[in-house]
Amino acid sequence: MAWIDRLKKGLTRTRSGFTDSLGRVFARGTKLSAIELEEIEEILIAGDIGARVSMELTAELAKRRGRASGEELMSTLEAGIAERLAGSERPLALRKNGEPTVILVAGVNGSGKTTTVAKIAARLREHDRKLPITLAAADTFRAAAIDQLEIWADRVGVDLIKHRIGADPSAVVFDALDHTHRVGGVLLIDTAGRLQTKHNLMEELKKIERTVAKKLGRSSDERLLVLDATTGQNGISQAARFNEAIDLTGIVLTKLDGTAKGGVIVAIWDELKLPLLYIGVGEGVEDLHEFSASQFTEALFVN
Amino acid sequence: MFDSLTNKLNTVFSRLRGKGKLSEADVTAGLREIRLALLEADVNYKVVKELTGHIRERAVGEEVLQSLSPGQQVVKIVRDELISLMGGEHAGLSLDRRPSVIMLVGLQGSGKTTSAAKLALKLKKEGRRPVLVAVDVYRPAAVTQLKTLGESLDVPVRFDEGRTPVKIAAAAREWSEENLYDVVIIDTAGRLQIDKEMMSELQEIKAAVSPDEILLVADAMTGQEAVSIAVTFDERIDLTGVILTKLDGDARGGAALSIRRITGRPIKFVGVGEKLPDLEPFHPERMADRILGMGDVLSLIEQAEATLDQDKAERLAQRIKKNQFTLQDFLEQLEEMQKLGPLSGILDKLPGAAKLKGDTAVDESEIGRSLAIIRAMTLEERLQPSIIGGSRKKRIARGSGNKVRDVNRVLGRFKESKKALKLMTGRRGKGRSPLDILGV
Repeated sequence: MAWIDRLKKGLTRTRSGFTDSLGRVFARGTKLSAIELEEIEEILIAGDIGARVSMELTAELAKRRGRASGEELMSTLEAGIAERLAGSERPLALRKNGEPTVILVAGVNGSGKTTTVAKIAARLREHDRKLPITLAAADTFRAAAIDQLEIWADRVGVDLIKHRIGADPSAVVFDALDHTHRVGGVLLIDTAGRLQTKHNLMEELKKIERTVAKKLGRSSDERLLVLDATTGQNGISQAARFNEAIDLTGIVLTKLDGTAKGGVIVAIWDELKLPLLYIGVGEGVEDLHEFSASQFTEALFVN
Repeated sequence: MFDSLTNKLNTVFSRLRGKGKLSEADVTAGLREIRLALLEADVNYKVVKELTGHIRERAVGEEVLQSLSPGQQVVKIVRDELISLMGGEHAGLSLDRRPSVIMLVGLQGSGKTTSAAKLALKLKKEGRRPVLVAVDVYRPAAVTQLKTLGESLDVPVRFDEGRTPVKIAAAAREWSEENLYDVVIIDTAGRLQIDKEMMSELQEIKAAVSPDEILLVADAMTGQEAVSIAVTFDERIDLTGVILTKLDGDARGGAALSIRRITGRPIKFVGVGEKLPDLEPFHPERMADRILGMGDVLSLIEQAEATLDQDKAERLAQRIKKNQFTLQDFLEQLEEMQKLGPLSGILDKLPGAAKLKGDTAVDESEIGRSLAIIRAMTLEERLQPSIIGGSRKKRIARGSGNKVRDVNRVLGRFKESKKALKLMTGRRGKGRSPLDILGV
């Protein structure tokens, strides 16, 4: 199944929720009273797009009310969201000339970091069977996190560098960088989940990046935040705080296969201009896809 | 830009507080802010609508117009509404059968496995004999994760390689009965509420072990989806309650309001940290206070009582009264405070601290440094800081791996605290909190 179909399937409820409920409001006429504008605002808010962006979009509609058909109003909204996501997609940056590429994966607890690391590895492996790929098990805190990554490394057929539980994550990264220097290719670093408000844990993450920079003589190539699509407005705080700590290069939006719309990414791109690289739409390794802003918006609205 | 609900409502109310009486326009302006703040706190939009409706009704009524301070009255109305929305008193677990069965369900990554272990620890502390059951046969290493946690708690973990989740659960229940364990905690696999097959599996497990409690484990950071998730799980397997996890972050917990209101199922526990003791009972009024910026002082006091040495505290209060507070007391205070866990966790619960936290990250290492400096002093120096001259300072700085100016800073802060304490006791005869002493 093409990913757009999977995404649409995943977003079925959303799509019908958006189109149907918006359609119901527009069917009452396009003059749009204050009450109807508030209803539209709420429909958008229900997609986690956020109160502020929803209010802006509704205000744009208010300007056109009475002068446009329901369909036109619908496409005004769609265009409004598409415009707010314009330029938000970017492919993974891989280094050429045999230089190693280092990808640091971070996020709050339970967002899907380990699975995302495995999925990215599987995609890279699929594209290039000869590319050396190393995973660094730098989540040394959560029970069995190392075992989980090890199982994935076996399944995907890539190298794993690990220490014991409780070890210094920076030490794991140090060894993983040594290994990557020898074999080349791509290093994916799986870090422990941490809430963005935990000062010490964020310092630990900074230290991991410093270790990379010191050993590599430059920053890591990608510093990705893994964001759960069911997350609401707290996603903005997550993106902002992780960005402050390690200067994020992008976001991976996971678990988009439920009814959650992941609307918070609109606000995140709008406010922080952090590009989206991938979306996760299922539990299998094949369920990671390059993000496309237009397709994402389309999937929200298309009938 | 990323203000918490607490800060937002504080802004609204400080504006309202300045006025003598509330006009209709004031209420509308206030409600708009409250609506926005609640929505940004991820409270479900339907719940927000209902809530602001109630508040408007009460706010423009006589009740407020006749009161002397309408602003404060509105705070009280919002607080009352939040509390009634999150439902009366604290609801505990009902585990009367031997063995009782608790089933934990939820989406991937919501925190089921960690919550299972936290519950096991809590029940063990209450004198129960819990068993953990691993039925997540899908996620790689999920079983290992539960086994590791079970080992660290010295609680048996049941699992049968190659069998179905339903059979594992049923066998574990039987085993527990035979071996006189009295609570069976089943950690199910994460699943999407729209995954029909996986939801049927839950129904089958439920039919096989007839649980006393079926708890939805929900992430406090969940957005508007919280309601649809909770409603679907409730429809399929009749939840008895909710555990709200990751409340130690800066999520304002809008999901708590929404889930409680829409499903009617009580939130029984909240997860407030990564460590296993970090599970607390849910108290609606405290949650409301926290949302409104009145802090969660009660649960902090409760935690302090459970952790701190009462005799020491009593002795300290006496010494403060007599103005005999020494650096030795200061040291003991810092050590006791460290037992309460990271300072950021304590700050979450203090009124007005949300603001402080947003502006400046609390540096835990600063406390560590103060501790090191005081520990490098001799007992005599701690009891009589006036004898600490230049050369002693140099020795203390070297001994604790700091600079002389760091030693000066600790001594200066101690002096200020002592002065402040003297003022306090002079006025009311009451000690201040260790946080004040620290100057945090």
